[in-house]
Amino acid sequence: MERIQVLVCAGTGCTIGNSGELIDAFKTEIKSMGLEKEVSVLRTGCLGLCGVGPNVSIYPDNIIYKSVKVEDVKEIVMEHFYKGRPVHRLMLNESDESTNEVHDINKTKFYEKQKRIALHNCGVIDPENIHEYIAKDGYFALGKVLTEMQPQEVVDVIKASGLRGRGGGGFPTGLKWQFALNEPGNEKYVICNADEGDPGAFMDRSILEGNPHSVIEAMEIAGYAIGANYGYIYIRAEYPIAVERLKHAIAQAKELGLLGENIFGSGFNFDLEIRLGAGAFVCGEETALIQSIEGERGMPKPKPPFPAHKGVWGKPTIINNVETYANVAQIIMNGADWFKSIGTETSTGTKVFALGGKITNTGLVEVPMGTTLREVIYEIGGGCPNRKQFKAVQTGGPSGGCLTEKQLDTPIGFDELVKLGSMMGSGGMIVLDEDNCMVDVARFYMDFIVDESCGKCSPCRIGTKRMLELLEDICEGRGTMETLDELELLASTIKDTALCGLGQSAPNPVLSTISQFRDEYIAHIVDKKCPAGVCKALLSYEIDEDKCRKCGLCARQCPANAIDGILGKVPYHIDQEKCIKCGNCLKACHFGVITRK
Amino acid sequence: MKSLEDLKKIREAAQNKMTMRMDDEQKYRVVVGMATCGIAAGARPVLNAIVEEVAKAKLPVTVLQTGCIGMCTLEPIVEVFDRDEHKTTYVLVDAKKAKDIVLRHLMHDEVIDEYTVGKYKK
Repeated sequence: MERIQVLVCAGTGCTIGNSGELIDAFKTEIKSMGLEKEVSVLRTGCLGLCGVGPNVSIYPDNIIYKSVKVEDVKEIVMEHFYKGRPVHRLMLNESDESTNEVHDINKTKFYEKQKRIALHNCGVIDPENIHEYIAKDGYFALGKVLTEMQPQEVVDVIKASGLRGRGGGGFPTGLKWQFALNEPGNEKYVICNADEGDPGAFMDRSILEGNPHSVIEAMEIAGYAIGANYGYIYIRAEYPIAVERLKHAIAQAKELGLLGENIFGSGFNFDLEIRLGAGAFVCGEETALIQSIEGERGMPKPKPPFPAHKGVWGKPTIINNVETYANVAQIIMNGADWFKSIGTETSTGTKVFALGGKITNTGLVEVPMGTTLREVIYEIGGGCPNRKQFKAVQTGGPSGGCLTEKQLDTPIGFDELVKLGSMMGSGGMIVLDEDNCMVDVARFYMDFIVDESCGKCSPCRIGTKRMLELLEDICEGRGTMETLDELELLASTIKDTALCGLGQSAPNPVLSTISQFRDEYIAHIVDKKCPAGVCKALLSYEIDEDKCRKCGLCARQCPANAIDGILGKVPYHIDQEKCIKCGNCLKACHFGVITRK
Repeated sequence: MKSLEDLKKIREAAQNKMTMRMDDEQKYRVVVGMATCGIAAGARPVLNAIVEEVAKAKLPVTVLQTGCIGMCTLEPIVEVFDRDEHKTTYVLVDAKKAKDIVLRHLMHDEVIDEYTVGKYKK
């Protein structure tokens, strides 16, 4: 009789951490202890703490083990499964040192302030088993919609819930559905935008990997609501695990008749197709995405016409993001009022964020809207590691901006973040500390945009390239105060004239860093210094020759042979011409006589 | 899928296989001592009996194991916690007593006095 279930995370992060071998190791070890009838091993989706993966969740104890290696498996099986002694050294749960009592996983700092709606089944069910999704009331929302509700009622519920698009724009989802429902004709389409392109964002991938049926179910509900019978999931080919799980999920849903013809005997038919994208950032823009689905080169078109009017194949189409869909079935099941009770007045529900950069708990978190950035970064995220000073948090990816310490008490919401010159975006949250140079950060995002610009309109094609050159000038010490003015002028021109959202929002990272960290720009331009010590052209390393102990360690570590001196006799000296500013000598010196300026 | 009834049947069958992962509120938490002392005294058949009976009757009960409780001579020991964390400690349990505990205590909320540590006499 089964008494323990072991769930090993099989998301991308933990798979890279070798969770596949871990599953085999657990099975072998459990068998060798003769426990195979009592303990079963399953794979599951993301538990959130990707930074310390692979993670393994144990039921019914509700204990999560982190950073589990194949070598640890024997100890877990012997101690925990056989003798009932959880392995404290691997546990994510906090425990009482004197009594050894293990605290509830939901009471840990990481989970306490989270509320999982979009991620609700991730890390609890096996994503490749449709029965586990059904056990958690999966497809019952679809059943309810098809057997009890009219399309207009469905749209009304979504409208009343206040759900807004989670892909970045924050457009009211119900309104989008209403536009498509109002369109005449019986050929309409439903698209799921799974082209997650922001650097550092991976919530859509994790939802698809951990709970793919939630997206399929929601797309069917959307199809019924607007009168569409066909859907496309547009996903990038660089998400192989998510694509595999989706294919598997679609096949299982078809087998059970949850996709196909006459679903629940209601006369409603729905079919789905996966379209793989090659990973162009611009294909996340809806008109470009539609072009790509049609087999054309992924380039945006002017709006209107909006997709709800003329979308894929010229027919009315709705496009929603993965995370938006992941909320739909829950709203249908629990009602619009339930959803509205979470979050703030203008931003209802929750939002998933991918925490990355200089943060202790790298991973995926889902919090109610209205939670402050400080709570997310310090309480859930654990703040900056190595006691470094927090400098800024970048939200909204290449379309967003940076927020500083002063702004951390802002409650998270679509409008609140825009007011501060940033945006929600798809939910990437990159934390920067004192070692990050803000000019360099702006340069990084502009470099990304120049790479990803489709080249259709000149403001974006030429303008962003010029902006990148100006930023490079500043980083390399050639900038003047006029460069800064030019940058600002160019930025506002691109904002006003670019064709699509990608171009219009491309200058945001530059504008927001200039407004928040103007003194850092000025330090680069006037003093020719990079305060964070990142921009190499503005750095120099020097050895205090009076204090040098002549040990020669620095010279040995120098990859460019730029350090001269004689062991024990002549103090060492850096040849600035040859120096490549790698900083190895600074780390090598035991006596602290080398300085970076 | 012909009707909601079909889906409900699938749900019920699937839920039986993952009861320990459902969010339902549990009425009791049963902890069996499974350290060397417990296993030597026969805690494994006790644990298996409880797991089996609880599953058979579909009780809202979580069955867990723990290490040494400290009264090795009285093993196998079974502790039952209710929602308010009130603890009942049963000692010298065997498979038969375990079934009684499930039937009388977990199912019908009756504390079986004669099995408890309080009633134990040398």
